[in-house]
Amino acid sequence: MAVNKPEQPIATPDPWQTLREFTPARIGLGRAGMSLPTQASLDFQLAHALARDAVNIPLDFTHLAEALAARGLASLTLASQADNQRLYLQRPDLGRLLAESAAETLRRHATHQADAVIVVADGLSSKAIACHAENFLALLLPALQSYALPPVCLVRHGRVAIGDAIAEQFAARLCILLIGERPGLSSPDSMGIYFTYRPRAGISTDADRNCISNIHHNGLSYAQAVQKLLFLIKEAEQRQLSGVELKDGTVEAVLDNQQASGCFLLG
Amino acid sequence: MRYKIQTANLSYDFKSLRNLMAKATPPRSGDYLAGVAAVNHLERVAAQWVLADVPLKQFLNEALVPYEQDEVTRLIIDSHNASAFAPVSHLTVGDFRNWLLSEQATTKALTALAPGLTPEMVAAVSKIMRIQDLILVAKKCRVVTRFRGTIGLADRLSTRLQPNHPTDNAAGVAASLLDGLLYGCGDAVIGINPASDNLQATTRLLHLLNDVIERYQIPTQACVLAHVTTTLNAMAQGTPVDLVFQSIAGTEKANDSFGINLTLLDEAHQAALALQRGTVGTNCMYFETGQGSALSANAHLGLDQQTCEARAYAVARRFQPLLVNTVVGFIGPEYLYDGKQIIRAGLEDHFCGKLLGLPMGCDVCYTNHAEADQDDMDILLTQFAVAGGTFIMGVPGADDVMLNYQSTSFHDALYLRQVLDLRPAPEFEQWLQNQQIFTGDNRLPNHRDIPALFKPTLEKLGGYGSE
Repeated sequence: MAVNKPEQPIATPDPWQTLREFTPARIGLGRAGMSLPTQASLDFQLAHALARDAVNIPLDFTHLAEALAARGLASLTLASQADNQRLYLQRPDLGRLLAESAAETLRRHATHQADAVIVVADGLSSKAIACHAENFLALLLPALQSYALPPVCLVRHGRVAIGDAIAEQFAARLCILLIGERPGLSSPDSMGIYFTYRPRAGISTDADRNCISNIHHNGLSYAQAVQKLLFLIKEAEQRQLSGVELKDGTVEAVLDNQQASGCFLLG
Repeated sequence: MRYKIQTANLSYDFKSLRNLMAKATPPRSGDYLAGVAAVNHLERVAAQWVLADVPLKQFLNEALVPYEQDEVTRLIIDSHNASAFAPVSHLTVGDFRNWLLSEQATTKALTALAPGLTPEMVAAVSKIMRIQDLILVAKKCRVVTRFRGTIGLADRLSTRLQPNHPTDNAAGVAASLLDGLLYGCGDAVIGINPASDNLQATTRLLHLLNDVIERYQIPTQACVLAHVTTTLNAMAQGTPVDLVFQSIAGTEKANDSFGINLTLLDEAHQAALALQRGTVGTNCMYFETGQGSALSANAHLGLDQQTCEARAYAVARRFQPLLVNTVVGFIGPEYLYDGKQIIRAGLEDHFCGKLLGLPMGCDVCYTNHAEADQDDMDILLTQFAVAGGTFIMGVPGADDVMLNYQSTSFHDALYLRQVLDLRPAPEFEQWLQNQQIFTGDNRLPNHRDIPALFKPTLEKLGGYGSE
């Protein structure tokens, strides 16, 4: 949005714009008096609105199920015990438990054993799942052809640990859970993947899981995420565990690359 | 002691002091999640009536977490100073509130009283205080700490410069750091949350901050907010460490979940003291806390989250920290649901910390899944400064691109300097004025020139355009 620019600007720009190439942080914003100029202030409000909507606008589960069906993927839509958004935000314990109706649905479908179960939960960003889940699964599933997979389980108001209960219903060895991450101002649509080997409801903890975070357009790509996940699956199958004992060996190389540039303040 | 009352034709029996404290707490989601909160307004007020009649002495007789089971309780009881407590030892919680608000509670009297108070006493009285009470009393407390600058003097407000970067990239950190310095931020500490808590990354960032502070002769201190064990290893390798950081909580079990205990903190404190890097003082610890952290580790032991938080301050004060920061809105809506809960919690924490003798700062902040916005933060920011808060965070544009939450900006600090006439720490103020970053009355100058100190650096980057 353009703000009127008189001859002598009322807002004072910062003459160090060149630093903005080094960081996504909101630097060099300038000032009106000593306060945030109108444009920077509205930029912030815009980003906050996107992040708030990502949390509060419900995921369209019907649309997601149809999109998956169009790709030949069956799905089940389940719910947690947090039956509204306010309760979901305040009671993480309820978001980890399956609603009675969901448990019943699973009992009807869990007739044969599966190797792995794929769970998609709205989490804290419906936008993340709406944007990324379908395309990510389209890339992942061909790589899992040797695995017996039940229908993809879509969970309304789900937290990470709800995947454990679902995996148990199918006696699945692996749980792959896609979830909308807590939205940041610059990444309202960030998706995370939690991977658990031999998950057990009420027993598995965060220490038993591996997380692949920050999947969005300015973050980790689908291909990178699939690569990391397949690496974790392979290692987990060999060592028969997941979690803190299982390091993500693909991570270090990426990080080392980014440390090459020096610090201009000391040059 | 019995904790019973008959009111509005209902009778309440609160059984224990721990239960009474939880029921008397103003509403917040974490206490509902823990199942310890009052079930309705009447039960809460009934508990507040009963609590007001509890003698302060009772907190020395009835430990909320058993002495035998918890080293934080042992620390509280064993370090209690009975002679400092004497002036208020005959009072009930309700009379203690009256005393705090009275003219008898001068700055001098409150300073002398601090070692005689326990966290549970101050938590109790805060539960029957309104926001204006919390502000009025905290404002009378004065806690001054020193390392390379003097933090906490009257009519001063300090800032932590927080130049975080998603991958700890050196140039990225430096860009936010310079932006902050040019806005006059950073006298409390220049403190980076590392994206990855490992020795290599921590060491690299510590050298970077040390070199910048030396090169530009900035009278402040550096900190990389890694786990205390990482910082201990860095010190053992000879890496320059000004302040040792650690997150702390109010029960032994919660601290255990953080991988710390009092012995470990003591070891780190001694190691940092031995480096003798402070020029005007020796306060060399930086602690962060926040209501709900014990519950999130399932280590609250039936305590309400605000009492748990106050107990963390007993851990902090043992080590004479330079800074203590309550990161009030970071934890999320399952502990503090909305702006109203965050605002009250921030002011309670500041009040309790100050009364116990700590240099309390507040990370005035929220996450995007909390029911809060910039207006809520402006209310807390302003009230915190009016209450004499020691320091706030300075994050570029209030948006932390590494931790994904909203804090306060460099501009926010300048807003407070204007409306409340608050100055930075004296040593840093002098530096800012000498470098012509600030004018003589602590404002940014009207012109757009880059201060001479940083001009060559920016010119080398290929000139600086203004658009």
